[in-house]
Amino acid sequence: MSKYYLNYLDELESEAIYILREVWAQFENPVILFSGGKDSILVTHLAKKAFYPSKIPFALMHVDTGHNFPETIQFRNDLVEKLSVKLIVGSVQESIDNGRVAEEKGKNATRNALQITTLLDAIEMNKIDCAIGGGRRDEEKARAKERFFSHRDDFGQWDPKNQRPELWNLLNGKHFDGEHFRAFPISNWTEMDVWNYIKRENIKIPSLYFAHEREVVFRSNSWIPVSEYLKLEESEQVEKKKIRFRTLGDITITGGIESQADDLDKIVQEVSAMRKTERGDRSDDKRSETAMEDRKKQGYF
Amino acid sequence: MKINNNQLLRFTTAGSVDDGKSTLIGRLLYDSKSIFEDQLDSVSKTSAKKGHNGVDLALFTDGLKDEREQGITIDVAYRYFTTPKRKFIIADTPGHIQYTRNMVTGASTANAAVILIDARHGVIEQTKRHSFIASLLNIPHLIVCVNKMDLVDYSEEVYNDIIAQFEEFSSKLITKDIRFIPISALLGDNVVNYSKNMEWYHEGTLLSVLENLHISSDINKIDARFPVQTVLRPQSEEFRDYRGYAGKIASGIYRVGDVVAVLPSGFQSKIKSINAGEKELEEAYAPMSVSITLEDDIDVSRGNMIVRKNNQPKMEQEFDVMLCWLANEAAKPRAKYTIVHTSHEERAIIKDVVYKMEINTFERDSEDSSLSMNDIARVKIRTTRRLMLDAYRDNRNTGSVILIDESTNETVAAGMVV
Repeated sequence: MSKYYLNYLDELESEAIYILREVWAQFENPVILFSGGKDSILVTHLAKKAFYPSKIPFALMHVDTGHNFPETIQFRNDLVEKLSVKLIVGSVQESIDNGRVAEEKGKNATRNALQITTLLDAIEMNKIDCAIGGGRRDEEKARAKERFFSHRDDFGQWDPKNQRPELWNLLNGKHFDGEHFRAFPISNWTEMDVWNYIKRENIKIPSLYFAHEREVVFRSNSWIPVSEYLKLEESEQVEKKKIRFRTLGDITITGGIESQADDLDKIVQEVSAMRKTERGDRSDDKRSETAMEDRKKQGYF
Repeated sequence: MKINNNQLLRFTTAGSVDDGKSTLIGRLLYDSKSIFEDQLDSVSKTSAKKGHNGVDLALFTDGLKDEREQGITIDVAYRYFTTPKRKFIIADTPGHIQYTRNMVTGASTANAAVILIDARHGVIEQTKRHSFIASLLNIPHLIVCVNKMDLVDYSEEVYNDIIAQFEEFSSKLITKDIRFIPISALLGDNVVNYSKNMEWYHEGTLLSVLENLHISSDINKIDARFPVQTVLRPQSEEFRDYRGYAGKIASGIYRVGDVVAVLPSGFQSKIKSINAGEKELEEAYAPMSVSITLEDDIDVSRGNMIVRKNNQPKMEQEFDVMLCWLANEAAKPRAKYTIVHTSHEERAIIKDVVYKMEINTFERDSEDSSLSMNDIARVKIRTTRRLMLDAYRDNRNTGSVILIDESTNETVAAGMVV
């Protein structure tokens, strides 16, 4: 009988598929939160497996900060077409234009926190009762507390002190009108697992993850890509470096790392030798000790 | 035979508030080099701010603002580390007042429970309580760590005495695999590295024990149970008549050609195909997520269970469970709850409290029928329709239920079928 066990990647895959199917069975109108980053691409890939030969029964929802890597948008559009799924876009620019939020001021201004309003508005407008995200517990200490099925009240808020216990694999998605859930099927995956799986399954990802020559400036200890949204300080110099990104977010706050890893094998090798966490280069997390927790309480994903 | 070194092991930790659980987890992560520089930086800064000498390992695990301020763990958190042999998921559970509820949550999926004992205090009520809950939840492996050995001069005698105390009461536990390790989480003795201070101990560090536990037989591979989560009906050109039953195999092994019965209807058919994504499989086993098609066009929907024709669970409308009450509010007598069992949902009432378990002494109290937070009791449950049940002792997936309060939607109780 000894051959009847799964290796850890298969077990994580099986668990994630189980959760995606539970979402589909327990909710009326679930979507996948799609940022164009590797984790949301992974979740979409798992959803494809979970429902094969049916097509993915979820729409993809992109909260667009307006500050994108152009390649992310191209990648998103191609994927939506290939999978023939619906795309919902919540636009931070629109939220600003409507006066729902005000743009941050100052040198380190980002649109990261503004996403919360846009996300919650899009959830409400589209009557979404479950938003599936690619959040992982290894990313950040507040995320380590997250459940697979995470309840949000009718203000979209997370209450870490009042979470539903998750016992065995029995998931309770019951909610009242106006409340919604966030579901995190890849909670138990680490950054390393994600890369190993992407490599094993040969999943297509944006080339931003691979090392290329890029124009960057050194700011807050990491290489920020030059873009039309970036205001250069006088002291800052644009340099050409071979850079890749470990995470993809808003282009103004996503720091790249110097790297020679231009294929998946090299990335896996590089990540396994990393001495810094993936979010170590995200300036949004460095604003305070509890930056992520505070945002999550307000409704951030 | 292929040697498997890539399995996933889930374990939970238990102990009283000051037994050093967070320190132990911090030590495991730190000594197995699973801590990143920026995490270390941030924890070093906080340690210095608090005036600690050196790095306070416990700070690696407390993630919420209130937790760090108060120095306690509020809710279950999950931690990860990998060694060349295995990937580990730690359910880090709080040890304070809400112990039972939290321990049940962390323990429900665990292969192993690590129970901490303070070497200075020996076996205390809390130790018995935790061991009892771990055993009740049928966690296959129990690892008892006698911690703070540095504070008892690394004495072999003290250690042996604690083992003797533990064995005195542990004969009442159903757990078969129990190990003991003398450690100092604070100083790192026998956690990842062998202790030079305890040369009398040779049976493996905590990490090596965790790496070598035999867990392949933790899942029931005998009784084939496949709860249907959802039905896949693509209705595309290529798959016009396709009806796939999607689910995660709860236990056992399924092969193409197996004669199966669909419960509760009892209709029989044969397995026509098994799919994992686009891949066609000849056989599949727990805990794989697959979709199954049958030879005959019979009515199958979410909540049904596909089983082997000649190996079926009990079908019952009234049954006993060991219930752990999780909610702040006490159970209302004869109130109706939603009961969830695998992918199946019914309404249920708690008909009767048979006895309450005094978990400090293992005594049964059949006079008291109230159920409040952290209580464990044997209760009779009656459901609107029959459920397809196995005893929890045989099958953790098909022998477990939760109760949901319909007025709040909260999960209020966890039950294990007797």
